[in-house]
Amino acid sequence: MGVADVFRTEWPRLVATLMRDVGDLSIAEDAAQDAFIEASTRWPTDGVPDRPGAWLITTGRRKAIDQIRRMQRFEDRLPALADRTTINSERTESPDIDLDSEQALDDQLALVVGCCHPALAPEAQVALTLRIVAGLSTPQIARAFLVSEETMTRRLTRAKSKIRAARIPFGPPDMNTLAERIGAVCEVISLIFTEGHASATDTALIRGDLCEDAIWLVELLSKLAPADPEVAGLHALLLLTDARRSSRLDHHGRPILLADQDRSLWDQPMIARGLAELARAHSYQRGGAFQFQAAIAALHATAPTFKATDWPSVLRLYDALLRRQPSALVALNRAIAVDHVHGPAAALTALDAIPQADDLTGDLNEYVYFHTARFDVLARLGQLDAADAALERAIACSTNESERSFLRHRRQDLHETAGPRDHRN
Amino acid sequence: MKYMLLLASNPTDEPAPDDEAFGSYMGEWFAYSQALVEAGAMVAGEALQGAETASTVRVRDGKRLVTDGPFIESKEVIGGYYVIDVANLDEALDWAAKIPNAHFGTIEVRPVVEFDG
Repeated sequence: MGVADVFRTEWPRLVATLMRDVGDLSIAEDAAQDAFIEASTRWPTDGVPDRPGAWLITTGRRKAIDQIRRMQRFEDRLPALADRTTINSERTESPDIDLDSEQALDDQLALVVGCCHPALAPEAQVALTLRIVAGLSTPQIARAFLVSEETMTRRLTRAKSKIRAARIPFGPPDMNTLAERIGAVCEVISLIFTEGHASATDTALIRGDLCEDAIWLVELLSKLAPADPEVAGLHALLLLTDARRSSRLDHHGRPILLADQDRSLWDQPMIARGLAELARAHSYQRGGAFQFQAAIAALHATAPTFKATDWPSVLRLYDALLRRQPSALVALNRAIAVDHVHGPAAALTALDAIPQADDLTGDLNEYVYFHTARFDVLARLGQLDAADAALERAIACSTNESERSFLRHRRQDLHETAGPRDHRN
Repeated sequence: MKYMLLLASNPTDEPAPDDEAFGSYMGEWFAYSQALVEAGAMVAGEALQGAETASTVRVRDGKRLVTDGPFIESKEVIGGYYVIDVANLDEALDWAAKIPNAHFGTIEVRPVVEFDG
């Protein structure tokens, strides 16, 4: 066992504890980083301490004190911190460190909901969560989101400045707003997963690392908020979706539609874990958007073939999801289920109703999959000119080269009439 | 920590003095200000006369330039402000959400700069 092995578990615990101690995210982050740097130089020669987490916290507190001494502004925080640190003794562990205490878990929950505070821009919430909670380095996050390191550094710095200047609290969330705050964290994790799963800007469509980071984050959140049905629902959704990862692209890196995927490649143990999480979510008897999405993903993941998918149930779940989450995107997926249950004419009616509906959030006009869905339905209805126009529109909306080449390929096949297809691959 | 709550709304959304709802709407404002005082959070607060009464002043190259109207012409205009003293942003946001015209207007919450010494 070495530093790398304990990093994932100990990092958020360390930052969260230091954040409670010093109340400043930059100091907590830098001190945590310094503690890990010291561990990586000392552990290989001194050996890994018996309680690596406690060692890191003690070391991190010392690093924080060093930092605070260098910046007079925070000197009022020194006495409290020094109390918690055996700074004058030779011991390497403070006696009061209990890594699995209620306090340690509360600190981590405070850290997670703080990073996802609604007063921060969504992109800042995502970047902060990956940096502060998951411990990714700024260059790693920049690479994952295909922005320059400079841009990502600026994004993180600006977010941390706002936290400090506007005094965004990183305390334990109060019970009245807990579900709402956890909901915001779920949204951020979902964004991270989606970015990894279907990047709109990358030449390689699936970036597995971000998917794994998102799953790791939702597992952490499950530990911190064990009785929240939406956290369990999101966990189930990510597992059931990620289980299909290895079948989503062909060897040219082009997406394979759900209908054409090799189901023998699906990760069955992961599907089983997803189903178990979904059952746990349902046991709370409180529905939510992530649970409905997970239930839909479960129907796909357990269907023996695409044709044998339980489409009527999929449609019912989309109806329920749409009532809860009236978005144009959900309405699009619902229309595709309509196609499988009631045929292309009903699907076209459902699709063309979406841009007219004023109670739906979001605009599909620039959305590739809206136009590919219309193309599919129009082609099967024999309206070939309209179908061609829809596909042309889809190609114009795509920002992804492998997707564009895939769509051009389909445009060549236009005059062959295909059976119902699924667009969400 | 002090925050300024800047209240912007479209005046046509607001009950006019001859509306039936006007009395209870004013009551909400008094109750809100009173709650701030009782919580020990009130530093200052004023309602402003309409944007049609606004003038702007600029000094350029030593010359004073006065024009009619607010900073920016828009449907939502600044109608008042509060300065409150609370522990953190969450408390400030809670107070902002309780402002009577938050239901149709927009409240901007800005931390006030506190100079040392």
